[in-house]
Parts: sequence; C-alpha cells; structure tokens
Amino acid sequence: MEFVWHIDGTAPLYIQLADDIRLAIIQGRLMPGARIASVRDLAFDAKVNPNTMQRALTELEREGLIETHGTAGRFVAVNEEVLKSIKDRVIDDLVSDFIKRMEALDCDREEAVRRINERKGEE
Amino acid sequence: MSDAVLETRGLYKAYGPRTVISDMNISLPAGKIIGLLGPNGCGKTTLIKLAAGILTPTDGEILVCGRQPDEVTRSFVSYLPERTYLSGRMTARSAVDYFSDFYADFDSSRAHSMMAHLGVDPDAKLKTLSKGTKEKLQLILVMSRAARLYLLDEPIGGVDPAAREYILRTIISNYAENSTVLISTHLISDIETVLDDFLFMRSGGIVMQSSVDGAREKYGKSIDELFREVYRC
Repeated sequence: MEFVWHIDGTAPLYIQLADDIRLAIIQGRLMPGARIASVRDLAFDAKVNPNTMQRALTELEREGLIETHGTAGRFVAVNEEVLKSIKDRVIDDLVSDFIKRMEALDCDREEAVRRINERKGEE
Repeated sequence: MSDAVLETRGLYKAYGPRTVISDMNISLPAGKIIGLLGPNGCGKTTLIKLAAGILTPTDGEILVCGRQPDEVTRSFVSYLPERTYLSGRMTARSAVDYFSDFYADFDSSRAHSMMAHLGVDPDAKLKTLSKGTKEKLQLILVMSRAARLYLLDEPIGGVDPAAREYILRTIISNYAENSTVLISTHLISDIETVLDDFLFMRSGGIVMQSSVDGAREKYGKSIDELFREVYRC
C-alpha cells in the first residue's frame, strides 16, 4: 500500500492514522481521484481496529480531502484548493512545532533561521 | 432486552470463602474488539469461564445475547481457554474435522488456509508440536467459527512476534460486525491498536472502562502506559 503507518504512545489512534493518510495524499503517493482501499483492508495493513480506521477516514472526509461516491467507494478529492490549503496547514504545523522545540532550547527565531541558511548546499 | 452481546448484573463469584468476582456490572455491545486487562489473579479467567458457561455465578447474572450460558449459547460462543484441551494423539487435520462436526458455524477451509499461513503441519500429531504451534492451532480453530462472541483467554502469550502480528490481523479481518471479541491479555502494547475498548480489572471488579482513543485523548497516554500507572506496584 501507499501508506507508512506511524503509531506512537500519546495521541488518539484515529488522529495518527488520519495524519498518515493525509501525508500520503499531500505527498502525492496517493493522487487526486485515486480510489482508497476498503476500511477493512486499510485496518489490516495498519494492524488497527476497523472502527478506528473508519473514524480516521471520516475525519479526512470532514476536511474535504476524501470523498465517498455512493457504493463505488472512497476517493482522494480532486479539489486542488482543498489539497493546497491542507498542505499549507501541515507545513505550518511542522514549523510551529519546530519553533516550540527551538524555544525550549533557548534558540530564538533569528538564530534558527541562521542555522537553517547555513545548511544550504550541505544536502 | 438490551442489545448487549455480554452483560453482567451484580455478578458475584466465590470459590469457598475466596471472592473472585464482586458485584460486576458490565454491558459489551456488538461489533467491538474489547481488551480485558489486569494483573494476574484479578478474575479475568473466571469472568471468561462464566461467560463460556464453564462456571456458574455464585450470585447475580451473566447473560450472553440475553441468555444465561448453556448449550444454546455455546453454539454461538467461541472460547479459547488458557490451557490446551486437545488430545496429543490427534493431528491438526483431525482437530479441524472434530470442530467441523461439532460446530455448525465452523469454516474448515478458513482453518486450513490459516494453518498453511502459519506453518502448522496438518498431519503432525499434536504432542509433537511446540507449545507455540499448539497455541496457533487452537486460535485458528476458535477464529474459524462465525460466532457472536469470541472469548480469547491470553491468546498470544506463547507465540512469536511474527505469528502474533498475523493472529492479530486474523482477528481484525475475521470478526463480523455483529460479533464481539473479548481478549484477556497482559501484552497490552501488542494489542492496543486492535482494540475498540478496554476494561481494567482489579480484585474482581472493573476499575476503568473506556474506548482506547477516549482514554488516549483524556490522559495523553497509551493504554500500556496507563496500565503501568494504574497498577503500579
């Protein structure tokens, strides 16, 4: 499958599963319009309870990232604006998390940016 | 009538002067995988045996789909005991035939397919199999039924991690929407992602009952960590 499942000890499972599916979509591992596997197959793949997986998908439907087409199943939404705004949100969340961690180490934003820029050309 | 698959009302069980289950009131709905968690000797196995109809309550009631455990409930309750009950002279194949004769809801082809996946030789005598392989076979037999209630008493303790994963996936993909799986175990970290709900038992009572995600949301901890905290020695 297109997914990489990361489940750890803190957040509710359905939120972590939704994060993993969302990432697969915004990274393009799962393209707009692509069909999404059944709840049971996804649950089997992630080794989680099907009801928990169902809840993760419902969350993504609520965000507009996934659409249900009657009995045909679930598909990745084709709406590019939704995709872009969700990708922006994920990036913003990562940046906020990064800033928090740096502040916890008494590293202010200027220093953080300086260190990021110093890395240019290294990779 | 309630829709509970397993229900207890003021359930009480004592062996002579020793109380094992004390005033237990639970109601387990259909379509869920539920973990029965607690330290050794807290009454998990006794509760499962009461539901299986192997023990009778000292007081109060236990109901399976609204019925006191009897021959009728045994036809839709699939019970995996803590210890093996299959004769060592049997082969895995004859155990499958035996189950198939005994239970109308048993699916032989499902059992044989799981045996092939888990490398259980159908023609080996059971007494020649390792403890882990015997445990795999018993779980295969129990999960090859289309039951309303599965009672699994420590189902994964003796098997290696790879087989454990397969078995947990088997439980996920085999249970139907109208059936409930009750799993007693102390291997919480292995099993918690598979569960809908869990019950923490202590000295014959329930000390916590919640959905896995409800508890993670409330306490910001895994059920495994929560367990270590609740039962800290």
